[in-house]
Amino acid sequence: MIVAERKPLEQISSMIESNNKILIVGCGECVTVCSAGRKKEVEILASALNMVRSKEGKPVEIRQETLERQCDGEYLEQLRGFIGEYEVVISMACGAGVQFMAEKYKNSLVLPALNTKFIGVTEEQGVWSERCHACGDCKLHLTGGVCPIARCSKSLLNGPCGGSANGKCEISPDLVCGWQLIIERLSDLGQLEKYEEIIPINNWSTNRDGGPRKVVREDLRL
Amino acid sequence: MKSESKLEQILTKGEFAVTSECGPPRGADAEVIRKKGELLKGFVDGVNVTDNQTSVVRMSSISSCVILKGLGLNPIMQMVTRDRNRIAIQSDILGAAALGINNILCLTGDHQKFGDHASAKNVFDMDSIQLVQTVKLMRDEGKFLGGEELKGSPKMFIGAAENPFADPFEIRVPRLAKKVAAGVDFIQTQCIYNLPKFEKWMKLVRDRGLHERVHILGGVTPFKSVGMANYMKKSVPGMDVPDELIERMKAAPKEKKAEEGINICIETIQRLREIEGIHGVHVMAIEWEEMVSEIVKRAGLFPRPHIEG
Ligand code: SF4
Ligand code: SF4
Repeated sequence: MIVAERKPLEQISSMIESNNKILIVGCGECVTVCSAGRKKEVEILASALNMVRSKEGKPVEIRQETLERQCDGEYLEQLRGFIGEYEVVISMACGAGVQFMAEKYKNSLVLPALNTKFIGVTEEQGVWSERCHACGDCKLHLTGGVCPIARCSKSLLNGPCGGSANGKCEISPDLVCGWQLIIERLSDLGQLEKYEEIIPINNWSTNRDGGPRKVVREDLRL
Repeated sequence: MKSESKLEQILTKGEFAVTSECGPPRGADAEVIRKKGELLKGFVDGVNVTDNQTSVVRMSSISSCVILKGLGLNPIMQMVTRDRNRIAIQSDILGAAALGINNILCLTGDHQKFGDHASAKNVFDMDSIQLVQTVKLMRDEGKFLGGEELKGSPKMFIGAAENPFADPFEIRVPRLAKKVAAGVDFIQTQCIYNLPKFEKWMKLVRDRGLHERVHILGGVTPFKSVGMANYMKKSVPGMDVPDELIERMKAAPKEKKAEEGINICIETIQRLREIEGIHGVHVMAIEWEEMVSEIVKRAGLFPRPHIEG
């Protein structure tokens, strides 16, 4: 899933300083799973903003909505009837959702409430961590199913670097070295000989380096 | 000869090589690098010039190499893959070769988090092994990574670093094998303090015959003080300092701590010379360059062999 985290309240309230009629929209997909933009977070943000503004003596009118998802035009349509009544929309979706809403509603000012962090997993209750950089050419079959791009701090394809110590990455004692994981996994799978194959210099053109990406499936187009 | 490097000639002749290191200044004053160069001149066969080591901005490795070359030293340009993509890397290799630099040490580089610009974007378009492959492709096949031919190959002697003490130990020799397969000509190791562990690694290296395909230079760094020994043990990732060395430093009288550090260093060099497959030493005495000449002399490695050209 895409993992996100809410921006600090001060930052959000400063974005809407001069607005009095606000729509906050949550999203029912990834950011619900990582508890950043669920219905519940919409409620929390709305009451926090209400509190800040009442204290300042500038009360604000807030409507709360949560869509199935914001990266899909069909669901965004559900706002059509009333979005125009609000001076500003705060989207609690990932960056893609925020932008798609703005694309669909050209006259509305849509602001982000979240910082979109990464593609990752729920490690344990309340802890999420990164697994994939969406490089566009998956290499997991070469590295025992552990991503060298997302899990090595230097995205080394032939690691580890000299800084790997006690299984930890040189940049932090709290971070496992991705290459330690790759080697352990290859050895568990009885594939350690794979380690000696040099992975050639990467073609980054499938990554963001090739410009904004697009997938077109002719078989699915109408 | 693959390159025009004096270091290659010395190693090919079977002489025990000595290299050292020089860190460029944090400013534009060429005098700083000249002073360090003068301290090393005549005592070493090559000088590594660091490339923004620990991600702290310094004078560029290429320009510092050129200054040292002007003094008659044989610079080894360190190049990290942290700050340049393949376009800049290949361009700098050509430029360095054109300026008469004929040794390169291929490194990944410390993460920018360690330096004074932690908010920088890093590059890592390639890793150190792929950098070795890149220089070799340019030198031996006269080609760019993109496949086009280049005119005037960079005749560089290709080096890399290796840390026999880093984790996980089971891949330390396979990792060297990968560098050898990539085409590395010489290896400088991480500072060696734990000799039994190093000897174990070298035995595994010899079992695979790798010592016949690459020149291995053992890295040494003298302790200046007990504090430094402790720091190396506790705070430098991948450094293996046995307790008995710390004890030796502690036991030395106050005014003789530095001397004891030098003694340990010289004893280490003597032991390294006995190990089959070790073709030289890399003496790293950062900000203590004045000690290198004494170490080289006391280790019986002076005078250095004379090479024409
Ligand atoms: S190799 Fe690429 S696609 Fe596969 S997990 Fe890593 S970043 Fe994601
Ligand atoms: S310590 Fe491991 S994860 Fe960290 S940069 Fe080095 S190889 Fe990558």
